Amino acid sequence: MPNEIVEGLKTYKEEIMKAWMERMKETEEEHFFHYMPEHLIEKTSREFTDLMLSNIESSTGVDVDKSIDFASKIVHFGWSIKFVNKAVDSFSTVSFEFLEKEGIIHAGNLRTFFDLFMNWIEPLRESIIDSYSAEWERTVNLQRVALQELSASLIPVFDKISVMPLVGTIDTERAKLIMENLLEGVVEQRAEVVLLDITGVPVVDTMVAHHLIQAADAVRLVGSQCLLVGIRPEIAQTLVTLGVDLSEFMTTSTLQRGMKEALQMTNRKVVEVEKHDER
Amino acid sequence: MNERSSVSIYTEWDVVAARQLGRDEAKAVGFGTVDQARITTAISELARNIYLYAGTGEIEIERLHDGKRTGLKIIASDDGPGIQDVRRVMEDGFTTSGGLGAGMPGVQRLVDEFKIETEIGKGTKITAVKWLR
Repeated sequence: MPNEIVEGLKTYKEEIMKAWMERMKETEEEHFFHYMPEHLIEKTSREFTDLMLSNIESSTGVDVDKSIDFASKIVHFGWSIKFVNKAVDSFSTVSFEFLEKEGIIHAGNLRTFFDLFMNWIEPLRESIIDSYSAEWERTVNLQRVALQELSASLIPVFDKISVMPLVGTIDTERAKLIMENLLEGVVEQRAEVVLLDITGVPVVDTMVAHHLIQAADAVRLVGSQCLLVGIRPEIAQTLVTLGVDLSEFMTTSTLQRGMKEALQMTNRKVVEVEKHDER
Repeated sequence: MNERSSVSIYTEWDVVAARQLGRDEAKAVGFGTVDQARITTAISELARNIYLYAGTGEIEIERLHDGKRTGLKIIASDDGPGIQDVRRVMEDGFTTSGGLGAGMPGVQRLVDEFKIETEIGKGTKITAVKWLR
């Protein structure tokens, strides 16, 4: 790497940083610098500048590990990728303007500056994009796992009676999971009656209905009975209009009513007992 | 507010996005909960059909005003294989995917106006209108 340029950047680091900060404050679209207290801006900017310059300190070219390190640190600043891109842009522009003003870059070594610039900024940009997309992927995956965890669990509430509350959208993947958990659970918990509660399912279209019917049929095959509960009035109307036949199903509007049915089916009932005074 | 909005269907989750848009629009236009459920379910069926049979396509939702009435128009379009026999598709219980076969005739019953334009090898366009009463 051309030493005088690298040296120049290090020497005027402080000035470049100040100029860069001013420029970033002027940007209209993003307002990260508007909300931050002054000392934090100063601190973050210093960090950013150090990070930017850490990449060109080695005279052999850009250190890949360092630029990855840089990118992952940038991600944790909490800036949007647009802002980071802008920041890198402004930083290189400001550096160039400064070095030109100081006479370190002149018509004679423009080409070397250009090479340096390409080796410096481009890998940075790439690793920033990589880090951001990796971060997003990680978030999406974590959320998927979280979603699956609250997907479909069969809960034994009484002897012989279990409930599966369904909350949220049912897609093909989840429908499979529901079926598996339902059948495994029924056998394991020795449930005679299972209540499938769809209070929390926003839309019941033919596909969802189809999956529910299949699940209930399968439950019947393992020797238990399935009750579909929590059918809201608007869902009931839509299902009737759609022409979905649920006549083989026992259905109730609420979980509470379903529970009463289930108790009856297992020859039990809930009774109020008189309060006994202790003494 | 936009009078017209759309969702592209590429994955199963776009079906959810499409009906969410439908629900928001239906709410904004002033439909009650039952009609909201009808509209969302209709969109869900149409979007799922795109996903299942055409792979990709688009759901467009447009607000309608004709002086006296207000309503929502749902346009489901794709460049898929087209529908072989429209009459059979509209029969209850006809299915090629092992489903219930209630989707298309169901959608027709859920809305006030319903139109299928399809050409083998070119694609399908389904227009459904629900008026606010």
